[in-house]
Amino acid sequence: MKASKSRSIIPGFGLSFGVMITILSLVVLLPLCSLVVFTLKLTPSEFLYTITRPRVLSGYRVSISTALAAASVNTVMGLIMAWVLVRYEFPGKKLIDGIIELPFALPTAVAGISLTHLTTTNGWVGKIFFDRFGIRIAYTRLGITIALIFIGIPFVVRSVQPVLEKIDIQYEEAAMILGADRRTTFLRVIFPEILPSLISGFTLAFARSIGEYGSVVFIAGNTPYETEIAPLLIMSELQEFDYAAATSIALVMLAIAFVILSINAVLQSKVSRRISGLA
Amino acid sequence: MRTEQYPHRNGNREVRLKENSRPGAGKPEYGVFKRAAAVFLAVLVTAGALAGCGGSSSGGTAAGSSAGGSTGAGDAGNDTQTADGQGEVIELTNVSYDPTRELYAAYNQIFEQYYEELTGRQVEVTQSHGGSGKQALEVSNGLEADVVTLALEGDVQVVADSGLIDDGFISEFPVDSSPYTSTIVFLVRSGNPKKIYDWSDLIREDVGVITPNPKTSGGAMWNYLAAWYFFEQQGQSEEEILESIRKLYGNVVVLDSGARGATTSFVENGQGDVLLAWENEAFLSLKEYPGEYEIVVPSVSILCQPTVAVVDEVTRKHGTEEAAAEYLNYLYSDEAQIIEAQNFYRPSTKEIYDEFVLETDSSTITEIPADGHWINDKIVLTDITHFGGWTQARSKHFSDGAYFDQIYEQ
Amino acid sequence: MTLRNNSGPVKWILIILVILFLAVFLILPLVYILMTALGKGVEVYKASITDKYAVKAIQLTVQATLWAVAVNTIFGIAAAWCLTKYAFRGKKIISTFIDLPVTVSPIIAGLIYVLTFGRQSFLYPILDSRGIQIIFAVPGIILATIFVTFPFISRELIPVLNAQGTDEEEAAALMGAGTFTIFRRVTFPHIKWALLYGIVLCTARAMGEFGAVSVLSGHLRGKTNTLPLYIELLYQGYDYTGAFAASSILVIMAVLVLILRLFLERRGQKELDIHK
Repeated sequence: MKASKSRSIIPGFGLSFGVMITILSLVVLLPLCSLVVFTLKLTPSEFLYTITRPRVLSGYRVSISTALAAASVNTVMGLIMAWVLVRYEFPGKKLIDGIIELPFALPTAVAGISLTHLTTTNGWVGKIFFDRFGIRIAYTRLGITIALIFIGIPFVVRSVQPVLEKIDIQYEEAAMILGADRRTTFLRVIFPEILPSLISGFTLAFARSIGEYGSVVFIAGNTPYETEIAPLLIMSELQEFDYAAATSIALVMLAIAFVILSINAVLQSKVSRRISGLA
Repeated sequence: MRTEQYPHRNGNREVRLKENSRPGAGKPEYGVFKRAAAVFLAVLVTAGALAGCGGSSSGGTAAGSSAGGSTGAGDAGNDTQTADGQGEVIELTNVSYDPTRELYAAYNQIFEQYYEELTGRQVEVTQSHGGSGKQALEVSNGLEADVVTLALEGDVQVVADSGLIDDGFISEFPVDSSPYTSTIVFLVRSGNPKKIYDWSDLIREDVGVITPNPKTSGGAMWNYLAAWYFFEQQGQSEEEILESIRKLYGNVVVLDSGARGATTSFVENGQGDVLLAWENEAFLSLKEYPGEYEIVVPSVSILCQPTVAVVDEVTRKHGTEEAAAEYLNYLYSDEAQIIEAQNFYRPSTKEIYDEFVLETDSSTITEIPADGHWINDKIVLTDITHFGGWTQARSKHFSDGAYFDQIYEQ
Repeated sequence: MTLRNNSGPVKWILIILVILFLAVFLILPLVYILMTALGKGVEVYKASITDKYAVKAIQLTVQATLWAVAVNTIFGIAAAWCLTKYAFRGKKIISTFIDLPVTVSPIIAGLIYVLTFGRQSFLYPILDSRGIQIIFAVPGIILATIFVTFPFISRELIPVLNAQGTDEEEAAALMGAGTFTIFRRVTFPHIKWALLYGIVLCTARAMGEFGAVSVLSGHLRGKTNTLPLYIELLYQGYDYTGAFAASSILVIMAVLVLILRLFLERRGQKELDIHK
């Protein structure tokens, strides 16, 4: 790794690299290693059995499907929000801009509790849906999705917004003068520009949602095969004092997170290459 | 790896900054930033100082001022207390399960008083509450509890298995080291609209049941076992019992991860028709929401024996063996037994138990009796020995792939 | 801009859509929290937030947040500098590992520290013999908080430094400036706003962390209960007013941090405009 150090004449590589690696190892790498060590206490077939039990599989399925739904909603809404915040002027804009990060700051448990209260069949919102349409929100997958939408709001908005701010309005004007209608302009000129940030916002929101526990556990109902999420299964394995099983499921989820991040990285470089190719 | 990653919005500013802030050229703008940064720092430092003060008094958070950051401030605090100097406060940590919050809040007060009168030394008890199994796990993992007061013997056994508690804890204190007991009853909505009177009503199709998940809540195992015992008493074969239990859990609307969560789902969020609850939790709901709920005592149930134990390894390290033992011993005193009964736990002292027995033929309790007599004595209680002890009950019913998992398999 | 402003109906439909979405998903829960917090009157609210244990919980939360911000700032600057100013192999993998904590389930984040520093770990005897306790004590809470906010600052700085390139630093280095001089005089002015924004995000997220901390705190009342854990404790103790009152403190702290950011941004914007 140090081979190319000499290429840069800026001093301080050793120091900054040292600080980075030290903290990274202590905070992230070392603890992650212990996860692997504990999983290794199982034989491969035991490991395979643990992570493919039907109950566990359904846990992944619930987590992934709700996270996917929530991240999709957040991507569409995030794009619209970023657009509105960048392109339009209207009263209250600053306020909206300011509160986007609130879901980060609110403890997930508090979010879960208040969302549950709001959406049970006798909560403010849940009552309307239940009485009018017979739809239950809390204690169903719909409820989980709503909690995940809440915690994922900032990701897409904040990825897309700065990129959208940078796009020069002249290109759009040029496109329109050349006879492109609004839709074509958006699809051909703007969309390719913001696509990378849209993807990275989506992946982050998705990855964050898969692992979410604090808010979901209150609203989920936790019925096995129905609304039992994967992180809850880790908790119940721990309750069984079965560390190896808990760490196995945790390792799978970690791998999923890692894969998502890597896919994102690949997509990013592909998309940006294509764009620079076009330009 | 990629460009815009995290929510951030300095996109166009960064470009403009570039024009403006070449070294040297940025001097004036520095001023505002410096001032702003100074304000921010001042806020942080003040907050830090506050945190530091709080830390030193609680004896566990000196990390705020220590250079290392990861030094064991908590320990340092405890070590000083092992010195035998009079007048120093002895710190005890009691790791307990969810529903005992109110009980130990009251008990710690009288114990602290009693202990000072007895020995002239002050004692301060720190409480930790949570799901019983999770608490047991945390103690085995290094949560330094001087005493554990958990929902069931099995959980204390887990702590013992990790080598922290000496053998024979179950006979260290009177009546199997369980100073108070409880049982499982039904909590229904006022007027009992669904006419739920016994376990057999729970498997009717129109009934929504709330009970926590036995896989994540130790206490919820009692609920399951009580139901099992009822159907067994009905003369059902093991397959039939399993089928009944499957129906019962098929009626479960919300399978919360803990006992308190289940109570909240039923009481606050209005889910389901009946809550399978610890007797003390049920009475607490009657007390908190008078007129809204009724307790139905089923024909049979199970004697829940919460188990207490001194965590020998930890007390030896802290030098608190004597205080910890006294803490648990005093749970059997008349004063403590009365407090336990007042918090709706069944006391183990016969005389005090009798004082609280309710004279009634009805199995429904609509309000907390004004004279304080609340114990329904008519109920037939089994106990864990009927299931061959916790080790056997766990492996047969609750471990991975056992009965409880099977009832959910399609 | 004139072009866009023509799109009357589309504009307002979109704006209304955004407002509706935020009102339902963001504002409604917040309103619910505040209303429940004040539901039993201001007196009860005051009593709840000045409770002895509530104050301790606030102090602990502030302490953990400060540590997380401090460590992540140092790490963020070092990592961003290292990853953008030098070319070396393994950059991608390091980047991915830095990002990983955001996507790891908080439960797993807590679990890995329990496994690393708990009694079943090979590190435990070493730490224990020195009287060092990490999990179920304040250091563990700080570690978990650092973990969940790990990439927040570095990820803010990296794009900015990438865009800025290395020319200026190289010039300064050629002129003989040392590391710290280069950083202070050349790099820092570029990244200060990004840094500030990262710190704000990190602060906000650190205050609210629940899952990871809950796994390794031990829930010792008054000792290792952070504000989010204390909220859960109250909630489970049927003290809904208290729980939501404590939550409202967090909401207010978060709003203050966000207002501070808005204010600083505006000052920064102004001074830039003057210079133009």
